[in-house]
Amino acid sequence: MSEAGAGKGAPLLKVENLQGWYGESHVLHGIDFEVREGEVVTLLGRNGAGKTSTLLAIMGILGKRTGSITHAGRELIDLPPRRIAREGIAFCPEERGIFASLSVEENLMLPPRIAEGGLSVERIHDLFPNLKERRRSQGTKLSGGEQQMLAIARILRTGARLLLLDEPTEGLAPVIVQQIGRTIRALKEEGFTIVLVEQNFRFAASVADRHHVVDQGRVVDMIPAEALEDNKDRIQAYLGV
Amino acid sequence: MFELLGITPQVLMGQLLLGLINGSFYAVLSLGLAVIFGLLNIINFTHGAQYMLGAFVAWMLGAYLGVGYWWALLAAPIVVGASGLVLERLALSKLYHLDHLYGLLLTFGVALILQGIFRDAYGISGQPYQIPDLLAGGHNLGFMFLPNYRAWVVVASVIVCFATWFAIEKTRLGAYLRAATENPTLVGAFGINVPRMIMLTYAFGVGLAGFAGVLAAPIYSVNPNMGADLIIVVFAVVVIGGMGSILGAIVTGYGLGLVEGLTRVFYPEASSVVIFVIMAIVLMLKPEGLFGRSA
Ligand SMILES: Nc1ncnc2c1ncn2[C@@H]1O[C@H](COP(=O)(O)OP(=O)(O)OP(=O)(O)O)[C@@H](O)[C@H]1O
Ligand SMILES: [Mg+2]
Repeated sequence: MSEAGAGKGAPLLKVENLQGWYGESHVLHGIDFEVREGEVVTLLGRNGAGKTSTLLAIMGILGKRTGSITHAGRELIDLPPRRIAREGIAFCPEERGIFASLSVEENLMLPPRIAEGGLSVERIHDLFPNLKERRRSQGTKLSGGEQQMLAIARILRTGARLLLLDEPTEGLAPVIVQQIGRTIRALKEEGFTIVLVEQNFRFAASVADRHHVVDQGRVVDMIPAEALEDNKDRIQAYLGV
Repeated sequence: MFELLGITPQVLMGQLLLGLINGSFYAVLSLGLAVIFGLLNIINFTHGAQYMLGAFVAWMLGAYLGVGYWWALLAAPIVVGASGLVLERLALSKLYHLDHLYGLLLTFGVALILQGIFRDAYGISGQPYQIPDLLAGGHNLGFMFLPNYRAWVVVASVIVCFATWFAIEKTRLGAYLRAATENPTLVGAFGINVPRMIMLTYAFGVGLAGFAGVLAAPIYSVNPNMGADLIIVVFAVVVIGGMGSILGAIVTGYGLGLVEGLTRVFYPEASSVVIFVIMAIVLMLKPEGLFGRSA
C-alpha cells in the first residue's frame, strides 16, 4: 500500500491511472490520488483542468472511463452510477442540480437512504436553518447560497459517508462562503470523508487536510495542509492567481 | 336567447355532454402521452393502438373467457401496460441515445403492426360490447336524458386523471418522476434506478390508454381503427396543452372536448376541424403550448 501523506488507516477512496473521455475527447490522462476515512482533501486547479470530470468519473457519469477507482476496497470502474451511489458515495454537482419542479423539502428528501448513519432532518435543519423556513418554496426560488446549502444538505441524509463537493463556494458572497466553511468543518467532526473541488484557494486552505493539484487531466502535486505555508508560491503558480 | 338561434337547451346540453365524453377520452389519452413524453422524451405513436388494444382485450376477455366489464376494466389496462413494458424493454430502451425520430418511427411502426394484426383477425366491422347491467339505462334530467354509462365515463376519467395528477404532483414517487424528468443523470447518481422508472412510467402511460379503451368499448364498437381515428385529435390536444404538462393535458382534454361540442351546436361544419384550427393558432402564438414551459 502506498504511503502518501501521513498514513493513518487504509484509503477509503483510491483512484489510480483514471482516464476519461467526453465522446472522442480525452480529458483525464491518468488521475491518481487517495483519500483516507475522515479526511477532507481538495482537488485544486485552473478552469478546464479536469476537476469536475474527475468527480463525474468517480460517480460513473462521465461518458467513458478506464483505470481503477476503489471505494472501501471495492472496484467501481465498471459499475453504473446508481450502484456507485449505493456503495456510499454522494455527489453535489457544480451546477447544484436543484430541481425546479420540486419544493425545497422534496429536493431535500429526494435522494434515497442507502445506509444507516445519515444525518436526521432535524440535524440538517440545525445546520441550515434557512432550509427549514423555506421548505415549502419551489427549489429554484431560493437564493444561490440557499440552493448550494440545499444541494449539500440533501446528500447528508442518505447515509453516504464519502461526499464529493464540486466548487460549493462558486459565485457566493463571503458570508455564505464562511457558512459553508463552518458546515464542512462540522461534517468533518461528524466523521464524513470529503473530496472538495475548489478554485477558491483561501477557502480550500481553511478546511482541508491535503490538497491535490490537477492540471491537464493529471494530479501533478500533493501538498499537506502543514506544508501549505512553505509552498504558497508553488500553488499560486499552478492556479495562475 | 338560444331559442332565437333555433337552438333548444336539449340540443345544447346534449352536445355539451357529448363533448364532455369525448373530452374524457382526450384527457385520459393525452395524459398518458404527456406522462410518457415527460420522462422518455418519446412521442408515443402507439398510443392509439394501445387504446384499441385495451378495448379488444376487454372484448376478448368477455367473448372467450366470460370475464365481465368490471374485471376487464381492471385487467385490460394491466395487460396493455405489461405489453408496453415488454415493448419498452425490448425496443424503445435501445433508442434513447438516438434522435427522437427513431422512437417516433418505432412506435408508429408498432401501431401499424398492431392494427394490422387485429384487422386481419377480426375485420373492420367492429365487435359490439355490452354496457354492464349496473350502468344500463339512464336518467331523465328534465332538460335532457342522461345515459348512465356516459355519466360513468366522465366520472371514471375524472377519477383517473385526478389520481394520476395527485400521484405525480403530491407524492414521493411523483417527486422521483418529476426529478428524473428534469435531470435523469443526477437522479441516477443518487442511487435511484432510472431505467426501471422509465420502464414503469411507459407501462403506466400505455396502461392509461388501455383503460380509456375499455371505457370506450361499450360506446363505440370495438374495431381495429378506433384508435387511429382518435389519436390524431389527441396529438393536437397534447400540442395545444403543452408537451409533457400533466395538468395541461387534463384541462386541455376536457376543454377541447367541450369546445368541439359547442362548435357542433353553433357551426357544425367546423366541428371536426375546430381542434386543429386551435392548434394552429396556439402554435403561432404560444408554440410551447398553453401550459408548457418554454424551452
Ligand atoms: N461536456 C463536455 N464535453 C466535452 N468536453 C468537455 C465537457 N465538459 C468539460 N469538457 C472539457 O474537459 C476538460 C476538463 O473539464 P472540467 O469540467 O473537468 O474542468 P474543471 O477543472 O472542472 O474546470 P472548472 O474549474 O472550469 O470547473 C476541459 O478541457 C473541458 O473543456
Ligand atoms: Mg468544474
